[in-house]
Formats: sequence, structure tokens, C-alpha cells
Amino acid sequence: MKKRSRIMVLVATLLLIGLYFFPIWNIDLTAPQYPEGIGLRIWINQITGEKEHDLKNINGLNHYIGMKKIEPESIPELKIMPYIAAGFILFGFITFLLKNRNILAIWIILLIVGLGIGLYDFYMWGYDYGHNLNPNAPIKVPGMTYQPPLLGGKQLLNIHAESLPGTGGLIAVTSITLAIISFYIDRKKKRI
Amino acid sequence: MKKKKLAWLIIPALLLSALLYNCSNSDNAGNFSDAASKVYVAPGTHDEFYAFMSGGFSGQVSVYGLPSGRLFRVISVFSQNPETGYGYSEESKPMLATSYGNIPWDDAHHPEFSQTDGVPDGRWLFINGNNTPRIARIDLKSFETTEIIEIPNSAGNHGSPFVTENSEYVVASTRFSVPVPQKDVSISSYKENFKGTISFIKVDPNSGKMNLGFQIIVPGFDYDLAHAGKGVSHGWAFFSCYNSEQANSLLEINASQNDKDFVAAVNWKAAEKYLAQGKGKTVSTEYYRNHFDEEKHLALSEKNTQVTVLDPKDCPGLIYYLPTPKSPHGVNIDPSGEYIVAGGKLSTVLPVHSFSKMLKAIENKDFLGDVDGIPILKYESVIAGEVKDPGLGPLHTEFDNNGNAYTSAFLSSEIVKWKVGSWEIIDRVPTYYSIGHLMIPGGDSRKPWGKYVVALNKITKDRYLPTGPELTQSAQLFDISGDKMKLLLDFPTIGEPHYAQAIPAEILEKNSKRIYEIEKNKNPYAAKSENEARVERKGNVVRVYLTTTRSHFKPDNIEGIKIGDKVFFHVTNLEQDWDIPHGFAIKGATNSELLVMPGQTKTLAWNPLKEGIYPFYCTDFCSALHQEMQGYVRVSASGSSTKLLFN
Repeated sequence: MKKRSRIMVLVATLLLIGLYFFPIWNIDLTAPQYPEGIGLRIWINQITGEKEHDLKNINGLNHYIGMKKIEPESIPELKIMPYIAAGFILFGFITFLLKNRNILAIWIILLIVGLGIGLYDFYMWGYDYGHNLNPNAPIKVPGMTYQPPLLGGKQLLNIHAESLPGTGGLIAVTSITLAIISFYIDRKKKRI
Repeated sequence: MKKKKLAWLIIPALLLSALLYNCSNSDNAGNFSDAASKVYVAPGTHDEFYAFMSGGFSGQVSVYGLPSGRLFRVISVFSQNPETGYGYSEESKPMLATSYGNIPWDDAHHPEFSQTDGVPDGRWLFINGNNTPRIARIDLKSFETTEIIEIPNSAGNHGSPFVTENSEYVVASTRFSVPVPQKDVSISSYKENFKGTISFIKVDPNSGKMNLGFQIIVPGFDYDLAHAGKGVSHGWAFFSCYNSEQANSLLEINASQNDKDFVAAVNWKAAEKYLAQGKGKTVSTEYYRNHFDEEKHLALSEKNTQVTVLDPKDCPGLIYYLPTPKSPHGVNIDPSGEYIVAGGKLSTVLPVHSFSKMLKAIENKDFLGDVDGIPILKYESVIAGEVKDPGLGPLHTEFDNNGNAYTSAFLSSEIVKWKVGSWEIIDRVPTYYSIGHLMIPGGDSRKPWGKYVVALNKITKDRYLPTGPELTQSAQLFDISGDKMKLLLDFPTIGEPHYAQAIPAEILEKNSKRIYEIEKNKNPYAAKSENEARVERKGNVVRVYLTTTRSHFKPDNIEGIKIGDKVFFHVTNLEQDWDIPHGFAIKGATNSELLVMPGQTKTLAWNPLKEGIYPFYCTDFCSALHQEMQGYVRVSASGSSTKLLFN
């Protein structure tokens, strides 16, 4: 592997450390009653409100439509994800040290698969919260489900939900992109 | 023929005058449409200033926006408020404790911001209770009254609560002299037995906690208004007084005889030295200090029994009298601290005393005589100038940041603008009607924000739609950014607005509390989660630990209450969301409802008198299912075997 390519792998690896310090995904809600906004921050190991009491308040609002309470401590993914990310970082360092292009390829594939599974899991999580509603809920709108969008905006009754990757999510995408570029650069150089 | 000719002349003249009339009319309308744009605060946008107006006989403080004149809130201070439970809830009742018992009202006159370096700092607002002498402190983060201290040896706490440059003290003086200590004497023994007091209430620089520092015993005049010195006159405070005649009946005549009454200049730094030397006498008395603990959501009263009193006879240099024509009312200090303006209600000139001349006169002992050992300085030795023709019945003066002063004149119903130093009158505008106080944001501080002046009028008459014999009170907003004062807006106010204060919105806005942290709620009867909601009986005392959250109470069915029980509903609002208060009301409550802010606990006492089922419900439309937010209490006969049950 060329030096430049290796440095890119190192940067991509180091970037992934940012996953522990920034939220991966943001769900922001606005409503006539919430002009100031209310939101969720999904981190690698926890879910918090955008502001101090937002999670509690969102759970409070969600009881009207019979949505389950979001209880970060009972979501297994939040316990597993820090280890998976650690594995990716370790693999990145190994790739950097072994200078083997095939290992880099495996790393990239794993990263992409990881990202894919993560998004699928997030979708399913949202599906579960949005569809699996308490039949005794005070507000029941026939045919209405409350799955937050995977990416982008969606109007759910009086609430507009906006779901976008957070800084952590952007870091992950940047990291994967860098890894792919480094792989690509390496191949090009060999051909010449 | 002659008649016809005349008609030809008359018609053009009429046309011309009609035209002119139209012109002047459209000119007026033009002026006011200009004014409209200056007071228009577009929907959803914020005002430039917060204005705090005394509620006068309502006992409260109202909060307005300027320039819009929109009312935002009425802060409960001295009067009970059944809307929120202030003064009715068990937690807030002690706020109104005095040595005369629980006094559920007062007459609130003069709001005053705390200051740092002579500039309003937006931490606290003080206001006096005139009738049962008290001073309240309002926290400007929560906009709630957090402390009330009673002033002993006083009657008619009018000259109050004006702050020193760094809020070292708030001052108070007694308008009605009375025997000190109180005793049963003939009223005609006024001259012999009646005394005035001037009080300095120490303010803790961190917590704001008030403490009666010391009192000065003074001759039995009527001490009316005050302002503390600043800048060059920092360390002094000035108190106007009338009735130097010491009349005790028909004061409107008998107290209007002397040509000059006084402004008392008190050197409080000297007072501190005399106190350090042990010149203060400890005198027995009785007064209350009530403090609201924001973490416990609970007021506590403490009774004090002693006060330190200084007698000017033992403390030379503590007080001087500045002769001032004639029955002076307001006493106001210019931003530099050099000039002391006193509005003589019956005077034809507005005298302005000079602080530096006063110091020189004291040095030279330019005394005219003395009253009970207090030297009277010579008028000529202390006067800096007189504003001639300041309007009839000049009362109060405020200042802008360009060296101008604005004096209110009650009788001629106008604001008179004059130049500090040259004493010449620059402008005058009528007010509708009979202005009392006037207020410029920061206009009694070292740094006025001199964009507007607000006239606080005493008479309303035809300014608004009539509402029977009792009319609204009225304030008027004038633009003073140009050479000429311009009327912009009339707006109604609550109670009778006496004095007011205003401060740029940005100073307060960012600190305004949104919720109380439930985690920090230390109320002994709080239920901080639904798991803690319960009902407990001890003898005939039943405590209901009730929680509220959108859209239900927990518990919402309670049985086993009996006639003769003393029931306490301890209502904790579990919400931690902005602007989600819950109300609590129960049928047959003889006191009030409760309005509970997020994270707060309030308690309502309830004594059921008749068997039956009593619904309770939320009074604040909290959510889509607010109407469902209700519950029932079953009340059984006193000897019945109904078990205590709740869900």
C-alpha cells in the first residue's frame, strides 16, 4: 500500500473515535405547541434529549398515541454498538499496520455492511415504535402509524419529524468514504 | 344685491377654512400614524424594554413591554391571589405574616431595581408596602416575590425602597410619624410624643437577603420620598419631608404654612462608623421577615424582636436638613449624583440643590439653626439653581443620558423638560390627565436608557371606553429621542400605577426561568414521581401527595375522607416542559385554586363539611385531554367506617 493510502486509512480510523463523542442520529420535532423544537439525540450508547428534559417530554407526549416509552437502558443495541465501533477501529489500525490491500477491502466491506445493518436496525426500531401501539391509547386515528422517517421529514398529526444523521453519523460516512478512496487510490497507483 | 356679494365672499372663506382644517387634521393623523409604527411590535416579536409598574392599591406589580404597552404578567406581592393560590397555599401564607397578623393586601408604590455601580443589574426588584410597612424583593429570574421584610417603628412606608449604588441598602422612611415605641397617648401630644424613623435595610450582595441594618430616629415630620446618592454623592441618601409644622389634624391646611420644609441628607457611611463605635442602641420591637425558599417552594417566617437605633443627637454629622419649598414630594438625584431635585407640590419654582455646595456649607457651618440637634443648612448656601415655571404642582423628576431632566407637574398635567445646569425649560407636553410619577428606563440611575418617558397618570376620564364609575388607570408613552417629546401611546394599567422601572429586555430575557427542576424540589411534601403519589392519614389530618402530568392526576380517586378531617392536597407538577402549568381546584374550597408550575409543589388545605362526592380538576388548559384531567374525593360521615382508599 502506498503511504498516502495508508495515511487515509489512519485518518478514517481515527475519525471513527468521534462516534463516542457525537450523536449519530438526530430526530427533531416541531409542532404548533413546540415552536422552540424538541428532539432526540441517538448516541453510540445512549439516547438523550436535544435539551435537558426533551426525552422525558417526548415520552410524555407519546403516551397519547400509545407509543412505548423510549427507555435507553432497555435498548440492547446501545450496549452492543460501542464494542462494534471499537472492533472497527481496531480493524482500521490493523489495516494501517499490515499495509495489506485485501485486508483494507475486508475492512471496507465490514464497514459498509455495519452501516447497512445499523440503518436497517434503526428503521426496524422506528417501525416497532411507530406501529406497536397500545390499543388503549387516548388518541387513535384509523390507519395512522407513527414511524419516524429514516431520513428526511414527515408530518405525524400535529408534529413534524425531521430525521437526519448527526455529527457522529456524518463522521461514519466520511470515514467509509475515505476508506473507499484510499482503496481506489491504491489500485490506481499499482496500475501505473 | 349687497347680501349676494357678501355670500360670494363668505363661500370662498368657508372653503378655505375647511381646506385648512382638513390640512391640519391630516397632519395630526399623520403624526399618530408615525407614532403607531414606533409602538408596533410585530406579532411574535419582542419588546425592547421590560417595564415594572407598581400596582398601587392592588398591592401587586405588573409587567409590561415597551414600547408596545402590552401587559405580560401581574406578580403577586402583598395581596393574595386566588388565581395562583399566592397567600392562600400553605407554602405561601407565611409571606404575608406581619406583627399585626396575616395581612392579605397592601398599597404598593415604588418599584426599584437592584443596582451595581449605580446601574440596574436585573437581579431583583424591590417594592414598598405603604400601609403595613414592608419591603418586598422580587426575583427577576422567576418573577416571583421571594422575600418580604416588615419595617418596625414606621407607619406609612412611603419613602421606600430606594437603593444605594451597589444595593448595599434599600432605604425606608415613615410618612406618618407615630410614637416610637408605640404607646397609648393623646393625639394632640404629637409634638412631644411622635417621631419619624429612617431605616436602612441591608441587602446581602449574593443572596439578596434583607436585614434591617439600623434605624435613625428623626423629628416627627412626614417623610415622603427618597433617593440614594450616587457617583459623587455615593454614601448619602436623601429624604424629602413635609409637615415641618408638626400638625396633627387637617394637614392640608395646617401642614402647608411653612415656606420651606426639608430634604434630609443622611450620611449612611457615617452611620456605619457610629454603629462600629457602638453608638447604636438596641431597642425592643417586633417585625417579621418572610422568605420564600425556591428549592423547597416554601415560605418561612421569622420574628425579629430587636433593632439598632441611632439618635442624631449622639451622632454629629449624620443628618442635615436642606430647606426646600414647599411641601416637597419627590426627591431625585441626577445621573452624576451632584444635583438633588425636590418637587415642591405647592412651590412655584423647582429647587435644585448642589451636593458639592452642601458639603462646603457643612464645612463652613452655614447653619440657619437646628431641629432636635439636626443642623438646618442655609438655602442660599446649598441651592444650585431654580427651574422657573416648572408647571403647577411639580412632583417627580427623571433624567435622560443627554443632560436633560423631566419633571411631572400634577396640577398643570404636563411633563416639563429642562436642562440640568442651565435650569432652562426646553419643552413641555400635556399628559391626560394629572400625571403623578414619570419613568425613563434607568432614569433614576447613573445610566439612563433615555429613549422613552412613561407618564403614570392619576385620572383617566374620557381616554378610553367608559366602564362605569370605576375606570382603568392610565399610562402614556412619549418618545424623547428627539428635541421635542412626542406622545406615542396611551395604555391602561392595573391598580394605580405610582412609580415604575424599566430595563432593556436583553438583560432579563436570557435569565428568565422556564421550569423548576423536579430533581431539586426539596418541598417536604413533594411527590417527585407517580410512584410517590399516595394518601396518608394521621389522626384527622389527611395528606394527599398528588402528582399532575398531562393529562391526569395520581391518585384520582380517593375514599375514606371524613367530615372533620383536615385535608392537605400537596400538588406536585411533574412536568419539566416549558409553559405546562397544571391547576388544581376542588368543589367547595373556601380558599382558592392552585396554579402549579412545572417542578413545583403547592399545598391547598381543605376541610370538607358535608358528605358526598367532590370532584377535583385541572384549571389550566394543559393539553388535548385537559377536560379529562379530573378526579373524585368521597367524603363520609365523621364516624363512618369507610376505608382510606386511593389508586
